[in-house]
Amino acid sequence: MASNASPPAFRPPAFPPSGAAPSADGALVRALRRVGLEPSDRGHLVGVAVVLVVGLGIFPDALSLFWVDTFIQVAIYAVVALGLGLLVGQVGMFSLGQIAILAVGSWTAARLDYATHLPFVVVLLAAGVVAGVFGVIVGLPALRLSGLDLALITLMFAGAVTVVLNTTNFPNGGHGFLGYTSSPFGNPPIRRPSFAGTDPAYLRYSIVVGLVLFLLVIWHVRTKPGRAWATIRQSESAAYAAGINVTFYKLWAFALAAFVTGVAGAVLAASAPELYNTQFATQNSIELLAVVLMGGAYNLWGAVAAAFFLDFIPSLLNTWNLSSFLLIILFGVGVIWVLVTSPTGFAGQFPKDMARLGRALRRLATKGRGAPPMAPAVPAGPTMPSAMPAGPTMPSPADRPEPAGGAR
Amino acid sequence: MIEIDDLTVRFGGVTSLDGVTVRLERPLCGLIGPNGAGKTTFFNVLSGFVTPAAGSIRAFGTDLLALPHFRRARWGLRRTFQTEQAIESLSIFDNVAMVWEHTTSGRAGRDEDVLRAIAFVGIRRDPHAKVGALDAHERRLVELARAVVGKPRVVLLDEPAAGLPDEETEQMGQVIRAIPTDIGAMVILADHDMNLVSGVCEETMVLDFGQVITSGPTADVLRDERVVSAYLGGEAVTS
Repeated sequence: MASNASPPAFRPPAFPPSGAAPSADGALVRALRRVGLEPSDRGHLVGVAVVLVVGLGIFPDALSLFWVDTFIQVAIYAVVALGLGLLVGQVGMFSLGQIAILAVGSWTAARLDYATHLPFVVVLLAAGVVAGVFGVIVGLPALRLSGLDLALITLMFAGAVTVVLNTTNFPNGGHGFLGYTSSPFGNPPIRRPSFAGTDPAYLRYSIVVGLVLFLLVIWHVRTKPGRAWATIRQSESAAYAAGINVTFYKLWAFALAAFVTGVAGAVLAASAPELYNTQFATQNSIELLAVVLMGGAYNLWGAVAAAFFLDFIPSLLNTWNLSSFLLIILFGVGVIWVLVTSPTGFAGQFPKDMARLGRALRRLATKGRGAPPMAPAVPAGPTMPSAMPAGPTMPSPADRPEPAGGAR
Repeated sequence: MIEIDDLTVRFGGVTSLDGVTVRLERPLCGLIGPNGAGKTTFFNVLSGFVTPAAGSIRAFGTDLLALPHFRRARWGLRRTFQTEQAIESLSIFDNVAMVWEHTTSGRAGRDEDVLRAIAFVGIRRDPHAKVGALDAHERRLVELARAVVGKPRVVLLDEPAAGLPDEETEQMGQVIRAIPTDIGAMVILADHDMNLVSGVCEETMVLDFGQVITSGPTADVLRDERVVSAYLGGEAVTS
């Protein structure tokens, strides 16, 4: 926050103290606020529209199956990252057990699929609810512990789940809910919804499910629970003093995060021909935390960036025939970069950089008129300090000084 | 009317409050005492952060100690903290609405109540501005707005003007003075600023070494030689 910026104009009180309805905002704005939306959300709505048009329209059919699979994983892990981002960014609780929750969701979905003929949507919801129950169980220590202690407890949970998956030959798809088959041909594939049988169609399905889960979380964050979480994150004392039932809201956060993760697990279960317990290794939860921090834990869209780090970049390295060890180096550097320079992560930093780039381009354009067209390109990389050199061209009266301190 | 009897708080071997017995009857009460006298501990017991070893608190007929801390807020207890606790990531409106929705049942009238509280404390800003962008004075006012929203009965203010310049302290004093009449709540103001306390409070209690030295009309209390000596660092004077 630019504390040195001039304060906004001093307004007269916009609201009569008698308690009449606010007149400054239109009915539409008030209606939007009631469901947790702000007029400044236009940018987000544009983002959602772009995802819908690109992700649902042209995109899935234009890609090779390899990239379709990659983007299905991106859609799934964006939701997983969303769950962890909710815990870390909104409530300030670190969980290293989210991949285990994902495993619970996947396992539930796979077994329900083998044992019943429930519609896929019901399987999704059931996986979410079962995972939510596990989330609450994992969250119970959070009532007493915080920070590193809580992270360790959740990591122990993840380890325990890994052990269970290994010893039970997960997902061992025999008949019934606990059936076991030792068939050498692997497990039967998990049904997809009838209209989403092909991979491109399933990508569309995954994106829609992901968007619904994002909206569910955004709605929570913008309304009563979100305000309670923000208060708990900054000061539990203030939360108690405000009458917030801290226990309840912490568990609710764990339950919601686990619910969306469990649904994502069900989507994951049907995404591939088969599930492997290596998909749910304990250390994946740590990797998840790293990408969530890099993507931006305080911004829900950071989860999308996190999923790209987690699934898109490895595929990219793969197609370029680069070693996947490079990924570990990238993640390591990325986490250091975030912790040192940009705690808001990619999702917080990127719009600022883009705004700065836009200003620089506009300035170039205004300068370009009447000036030689070969003005030197202004470097505007993500780490560019805002006080950039104006280049050798003559300053025109249209030039305005760059606001200082834009990098923070 | 708050009746406190024989309230005792111990942390290990340290007795922070030692048999505090006092009747607070006026709507504007002051709580003064040197550093470490037990003022904040007293507030912490009232708001439920500290469980007393002994004693009872009855506020307007309710046994406060029987309620868990978050239920006391619902009963009508509000407090601010010595260190400012405005929630930075929320807007002014959301800061106040947050208290409203956890202390009021139903949903009707929230926006009006919240905006009235914001107007009452004198914040002249777009209520949807983020608190992180406000200056120290405005953040203190946000805290005060949180303390008066949702029909409070007792408002505990722990050095609400700490670190503010005189002019802003004076303005805050005017707001606090209006709480009993405009909001209908009793105020207990703990502060070191004698001008603020004497300008606002009709009645004042003085703590020193965890004991009540004296209580009564503010003007009399401030002239009391035991109070003067406590503040000048004299030995604890027993009464």
